[in-house]
Order: sequence, then structure tokens, then C-alpha cells
Amino acid sequence: MTLNRRTLLGTAAAGALPLVTPMRAPRAQAGNTIRIGVLTDLSSLYTDLAGQGSVLAARMAVEDFNPGAKGFNVDIVSADHQNKADVGSTTARTWYDRDGVDAIVDVPNSGVALAVNQITREKNKVMLVSAGATTALTGASCTPNTIHWTYDTFSQAAGTGRAMVAAGGDSWFFITADYAFGHALEADTEKFVTASGGRVLGKVRTPFPGTTDFSSFLLQAQSSRAKVIGLANAGGDFINCVKQAGEFGITRRGQKLAGLLVFITDVHGLGLQTAQGLTLTDAFYWDRNDGSRAFSEKFHPRNRGIRPTMAHAGVYASTLHYLKAVEAVGAEKAKADGAAVVAKMKELRTADPLFGEGEIRPDGRKLHPMFLYEVKAPNESRGPWDYYKLIREIPIADAWRPLAEGGCSLVRT
Amino acid sequence: MDTIFGVPAVALYGQLMLGLINGAFYALLSLGLAVIFGMMNVINFTHGAQFMMGAFVAWMLLEWLGLSYWWALLLAPLIVGATGVVIERLMISRLYRLDHLYGLLLTFGLALIIEGVFRNLFGSSGIPYRIPDQLQGAMDLGFMFLPNYRGWVIVASVVVCFGTWFVIERTKLGAYLRAATERPLLVQAFGVNVPRMITLTYGFGVALAAFAGVLAAPIYSVNPNMGSQLIIVVFAVVVIGGMGSIAGSIVTGFGLGLVEGLTKVFYPEGSATVIFVIMAIVLLLRPAGLFGRA
Amino acid sequence: MNAVPLSQRIAFAAMLVLIVASPFVLYPVFLMKVLCFALFAVAFNLLIGFVGLLSFGHAAYFGMGSYVSAHAAKVWGFTPELAILSGAVVAALLGAAFGWLAIRRSGIYFAMITLALAQMVYFVCVQAPFTGGEDGIQAVPRGHLFGVVDLSSDFALYWVVAAVFLAGFLFLYRVVHSPFGQVLKAIRENEARAVSLGYRVDDYKLIAFVLSAALAGVAGGTKAIVFQLATLTDVNWPMSGEAVLMTLVGGIGTIFGPPVGALVIITMQNELATILGAWVTVVQGGIFVACVLAFRRGIVGEIQAKLGKPL
Repeated sequence: MTLNRRTLLGTAAAGALPLVTPMRAPRAQAGNTIRIGVLTDLSSLYTDLAGQGSVLAARMAVEDFNPGAKGFNVDIVSADHQNKADVGSTTARTWYDRDGVDAIVDVPNSGVALAVNQITREKNKVMLVSAGATTALTGASCTPNTIHWTYDTFSQAAGTGRAMVAAGGDSWFFITADYAFGHALEADTEKFVTASGGRVLGKVRTPFPGTTDFSSFLLQAQSSRAKVIGLANAGGDFINCVKQAGEFGITRRGQKLAGLLVFITDVHGLGLQTAQGLTLTDAFYWDRNDGSRAFSEKFHPRNRGIRPTMAHAGVYASTLHYLKAVEAVGAEKAKADGAAVVAKMKELRTADPLFGEGEIRPDGRKLHPMFLYEVKAPNESRGPWDYYKLIREIPIADAWRPLAEGGCSLVRT
Repeated sequence: MDTIFGVPAVALYGQLMLGLINGAFYALLSLGLAVIFGMMNVINFTHGAQFMMGAFVAWMLLEWLGLSYWWALLLAPLIVGATGVVIERLMISRLYRLDHLYGLLLTFGLALIIEGVFRNLFGSSGIPYRIPDQLQGAMDLGFMFLPNYRGWVIVASVVVCFGTWFVIERTKLGAYLRAATERPLLVQAFGVNVPRMITLTYGFGVALAAFAGVLAAPIYSVNPNMGSQLIIVVFAVVVIGGMGSIAGSIVTGFGLGLVEGLTKVFYPEGSATVIFVIMAIVLLLRPAGLFGRA
Repeated sequence: MNAVPLSQRIAFAAMLVLIVASPFVLYPVFLMKVLCFALFAVAFNLLIGFVGLLSFGHAAYFGMGSYVSAHAAKVWGFTPELAILSGAVVAALLGAAFGWLAIRRSGIYFAMITLALAQMVYFVCVQAPFTGGEDGIQAVPRGHLFGVVDLSSDFALYWVVAAVFLAGFLFLYRVVHSPFGQVLKAIRENEARAVSLGYRVDDYKLIAFVLSAALAGVAGGTKAIVFQLATLTDVNWPMSGEAVLMTLVGGIGTIFGPPVGALVIITMQNELATILGAWVTVVQGGIFVACVLAFRRGIVGEIQAKLGKPL
């Protein structure tokens, strides 16, 4: 923002002619500066699991990549989409049209991700989704400009959903956040439940965002007498559901809660006393190996002590891989043709300290194993954020929706 | 397990109890609106924001001063009520000679300011406020599970509503108030300071909203938007009840809470709209409201 | 239009010049947003400014117009002009139903009833499958005007939006200055006298309400086509507040006030967003309060009073 524009603004505010931003005035930028926009939730219920931490993760990826030594510059901008598709798509449009942004990363909230997905393709830029979850991004809505990195609703259903059914939970009631993500998570889990002979007794959709009192939905779940109450929501919604279920004695009457998308920040918010014994599926745990621990040590002091979630890890790794591809195609070409960068990303094998080596499928799906964890009891935990014990690794073949089933038009059959 | 019309009794009673709690908030808030409207002919759009402020002040008292829930229940209404007094003196009092719609617009603007400030300071995700230790836990009544705190909410609001009704309808102070509404000049001539009475009435109405906010803090997450959605429903409650009567607004509040609770059991999809539908029907049959004077 | 005062002719000419010239200088998407909201505010002003009814629920008609147009364009494959038209028709029907209920009361009750009914529409939109819930209706095609003219470029679409705005603006100007409009003003000034003169006041109010709702629907539908998106934001109560604010800032009951108000408010939202971030709501609230306390005539109202000529 230049001083000049602010003075103009003063005039506009005074009621004179609105001398607003000229039509074609991308901010001063050399052809070799790549601009990455972190579009995330900075104010609402996903702010801990993504939010500022995602901005930091993108920054750390740039620092570790050190673009200066490779002949181009990278800068990071960020914005809050408030979990509203219209805010997100307006931001994306202005970023691409006016502000010279080349790639948008993170995008928690599937509804926003789908809206931005469309615009990204139209403008031939790049979108790297980490915290958005809907499988539509690599299915019916797949584009040559989008990579879906960390997890999706299929991987969560395949992990937690399958584990719950295997443990005898064969009748389900869903409490579903009413937007693309909740619907997709519910649908994917339902498939696993019915495929293994279970039944879905009912479902209720909760307004999103903005529901804080889940008690009446929980009572509906209770009256269904399902063995498992599937929580197809995330972040603050999930935390509230678990707490209020406790308050109404629902778990004491023998029904089980299944959190289908749980982040370590949620477990932290609930406390081990409440969260112990929960089964959850995660793509990244900070204490899994040396690479993840080293990253976490650098990350959490800069993120108000909050350890990295899988969303943060995905932002870091996808940004890093994107920059490698930019280097390979050249910054100038990368700015002009987003699809070319994404094609290069699919061509190169991925390698980073958090997810190890891997690859990206033609439909844009990044492949890595997922992990089934159980939350420790308070007496098992030996330090801050020591929350998970590994139950088992879910191999790539089981974790992701088979390529042919997604219906992505980029896949040649 | 017993069932009633195919619904397990546990769930039915549970939903009715939740409905009663919502009704408690409707009653407290519409009561505050009715008190203010009766005295000043102003619809206080800021009411939702003041409800939210009550919850936030309770949280601040706990976090910053270490004062417990019980202190908050006493102090938060006083503090928020005091801000109400300031608002009335500085702004609303300038509008009495104008069309009443300006009062609505002014308080709407104030609501935007207050909510915006809190959103900037505290984010919009909401902050947790613990249920006080004395009210932790729940009673298993056999036919239902009653969390202690929720039981307390119902008791506290009934007591406060009844107390307000008693003061206004059955005491000398209340008689002055009612008289000042009808004939302000005459009451002034009897030596009552009517402008001050108006100011204090506004402060009291606001304090009622803040009291409701403190009650709500432990069960609804404390967030800047908690009041604005609620207040529009309360407007509908007020239209249904009619502004005329204090008792009417209390009864309508609790009654509609119960209706909403029942809807959640038998037709959950309609629970968000049932109050508005009732409002439409009441407008057709009795435009002045159930307890209103045309 | 022979009886149009010179001041209004000059103002109209100036507006026309601005509309024609600005897309060559400014970001067209921004300008289209201004025009959509200007039309929305003009529609709202018909009620508050010329009948004296404060509707606090115009988001319902704006949002419904937006949803129906988006659905028609996307699912039924309507051309944009038909999509917007269908949005307007649905908004008009909704306005007829709600207006019929709301005009039973006046003043503050009217405001509260319209607000509550609009909130009911909001809740229905949250649940109804066709609105896409929290995701809204996305990727609405801009399509081809009359099936012929490609609107995918912002520049092409801009002229359509400008034409829609001007048509709506001139239509309401005509309505306000017709004998019908005179009766509306009579109702505003003294309803009892209008009744005693034998006018069926309720019919007049209802017709004005339906017209206002229909045009709000046009504004919403056009916005859906421009942004290729219809969401709950369009139908939620803050949207009603925006219409009130724009009209108040520009000048209630003036012809050119609402467009000026829309321009000022949208510019502020757009430009201050980068500087003030989330404080924009607070600033808007402050403007509300300042207008009510000290600036009740609004920008155009003040100019009008200074010049002593109608604008």
C-alpha cells in the first residue's frame, strides 16, 4: 500500500470521487518474485489447527528453501476467510487479479476450498490445499491447478470409521457440520459403516459456523439409540460436542463418540482427562520421528507454544514442494502458467522431513501413509503435548480413495 | 426405556428442559426489552450486544481479577448497566423528540460497534467459561439426566423475572414507573425526576440482559456473536407477546422456549423457524400480540 | 420527462458520465459490486424514503433473488437475464407474502416484524438443500446475454450490470413521481388523512413493498451473476443493515442518496479492509451512530438542503 493511495482514500472518504484502486495495477513486482497467499481461518473455530500457524509454516518452508540462492524471491501474504465462501472467493479473486498472488495455500473449510478451486483454475494459478478436507477436490471438481496434500474425508473415514466398526460399533448416528466438509465426511464414513454390515440410524445437520450448544443434537443422537455417535465436524465444534456429551451423561449410558477429524490442538483443548482413549486418524504427529521433532522444536516457540498440527505440516511440505517445482520450471514461467507448475509437482517425487518421500497422483492427491492413534491417559503422558500412542500405520493402499473411483476428469481410464 | 409418541422419555424430557432454558433466556431478554420500551418507546437493538457483554465481563472478572462466577452474577449486570446509563445519557436521550425509528437505528449502530470491538479483541471463535464448582455434575433423575448448572439457570431466571414483575406491578416504585409512562409531565409535576427515572430504567433493562449473559456464559461459548442471533428471535417473541405487559413477556418467553423444545423432538427441521411461524399466525389473528393492547 | 428539475438532470448526467467512464480506470468487479448495492439501496429507499416504512429485513429479498438467480443459471441453464428475472419474481412473491403480514403494524413493530420474517428466511436457507447450506451455490455461470453475448469478461458484464442498475433506478424514479408516488408520500406525511381521503392505504403500502422487494431481488440476482456465487451472507441480517446504512449515509428520501451511500460504503469496505482489517464493522457502526445523532439528512440530503433544490 503506497502513501499515495492512502491520501486518495482520504478524499474518497470525504465523499468526493472514489479514487479507488486502478484496474490494472498489480503492486510493484519483479518477474522473479513468487507471491504465496495463505488463505486461512484467522478468527474462528479453525484458527488453532490452521490459522497463524499455517502462515508460519509457509514462512518456514520459504526460509528452509532459501529462494534467494536460487535466483528468485518469495513473499507471503495472508488473509482471513472467516469460513465464508464469499469472503474467500472475493479474496482469491482480488489476490489473483490485483495483487499478483501466484499460489494459495492451506484453505481450511471445504466450502471455501471448492470456491477458490474454481477461481484458481479460471485464472490458471495454483492452489495447495492442506486443511481443506473434501474429496471432491481430487474427484468431480479436480483441476490441473490444485494439489490436495494432507488428508481428506476418505482417509479419515478409512482410519477412524473402519476402526470403530471393527470394534463392534455397527449402528451410527451422525452429528454433521452443515457444509461441504461435514457432508463429505459423513458420506465417506457411512460407506464404510454400511459396507461392513453396520447401519446408520439417523443424522442431524448443525449450522456452521456458529453452533456452540450441541446439547439438543446430542439428545437426538441419544434417542436414536445408536451405538456410535459419529462427529462429522472439526475444531471447536468437535470440542464442544465432546464436552456436552459428558455433561448429559451420554457416554455414561454406553454410547461411544467417534471424532472423525481430530487435531492435536483439539486434544489439547479438551485435556487428556476428557480425551483419553479417543481413537483418531492423523497424517502427522510431532513426536513421530527426528524430522517431525526437529520441525516442532523450531515451530512451536514461534506459534504461541502450539505444536504443529497435520494442517501446519501439510502447509510446510506443500509449499516446499511447490517452490522446488517453481525452481524447476523457472519463476517467470511459473507466474504465467500455474498448471505447468502443478504438472511439474506431479512429475517430481516429494521429499521433506515431515512426510518423507512420496508422490502426487494425476488427480492431485498427495500420497503418504496415515496413522491411527489413541489418546493417552493422563498418567501415560510424560511431558507437554505428549498425547498420542500409535495403534498402527495405515498403508497408502488403504488410506486413500482409489484413483479410478474419484471420477476425476484428469485421469485417463 | 419408556417412550412417549415413539420418542424415548429421556430425550423428550431432555429437550423440554433445554427448551425451558432457552425460554429462560427469551424471557429475561424480552422482559428487559419490554421494560425499556414501556418507559422510553425505544426498541433496544443493543440488547443482544449487552447480553454478550455480560458474558464477557464475567469472563474478564474471572481471568483478570480472579472473581468467581457468583461475584460476576452480581457485578457484571452492574457494570454493563452502568455503560447503559452512559449510553442513554450521551446518545439515546437526544432522540426522544424524533421518530422512534431513530432509536432503533442508533442502537443498531451501537450493537455493530460493540460486537466489532469484542470481535477484534477476542476473536470470534469464543472463549470457554467454566461451570462453577458448586454446580458441576448432574443429577440422574431416572427419567432424565439433569446437569446441575442447567437446572440453576431455570431457577435463577424464574426468580429474577418474578422479582422484576413484582417490583413493577406491586410496589410504589413500580407505580411511579407506570405512571411516568402514561403521563410523564404529570409525574414530573409531583416532584419525581422523570429523566433520571428513564435513565435508570434503561440501565436496569440493560442489567437484565447482562445478567442473562452471565447465566449463559458457562453453557453457550462466550463469543461476540452470541447475542445478535438470539436477539432477533427475542424480537419475534416480543411481537408475539405484545409489548404491553411485563407478565406477558415472561410467560411468552418461557412458553415459546418449550414449544421450540417440543419441535426439536418431533420435527427437528422446524425448530429454528417455529417461533417465526407462530409470530406470523399471531399477526394474522391478533395483530397487537397475545398480551398487547391494540 | 419534462418536469424534471435542472438539478436532478445535472446529477443524472454526472452519474451517467461516471458510470460510463469509471470502468476504464477502476477495477470492474468493484464497480459492479457498487452498482448492485446501489440498486439494493434504491429499492430499500422506496419504502423508508417515500412511504416512511423501515424494513429491517430486505436481506430476505436480496438473498432470495441471489439464490434463485444462481440456481436458475446453474441448474436450469437459464440465460443471465432470465435468471435475474426469475430471482426478481420470487423476491416479489416473497415480498407480497411478508408485506401482507407486516403492514398490519407500523413504526417499530413493522421494523421488528420484517426483521424476524427475514431471519426465518435465513433459517430456511440454512436448511434447504437447494441453497447448498453453508457452501452456498458456487461456480454460477455468467453465461451469454440473450444466449448470444458472452459475459465471461468483466468488462462485458459491467455494461449489463450498469444497464440493469439504470433501468431499476429510472423505473423507481418514475414510480416516485407518478400519481401513485404522490399517494405514497401522502401516506408518509399523514396516514390518517390519506385514509380519510378515501385511499386504500394498505393496498398502496403493499404494492410499494412488492416493488421494493422485487428490485432488491434484481440487485441480489445480479450480484450472484457477477460474483458467480450466492451464499448465506446475502440473506443474513447484517445485509439488511447494509441497505439501511447506505440509504442513511446517502440521504433517506432523496433520489441520488442511496447510490451515493452505496458508493461510499462499498469503497470504505474495500479500501479500509486492508488498513483496518476487522475494524470495518466498528467504523460502520460509528457511521450509523454519527448519522443518527448529527447527520440525519445524509450526504445528498445535506447538499440538497444547501442548494435548496431537489436531488
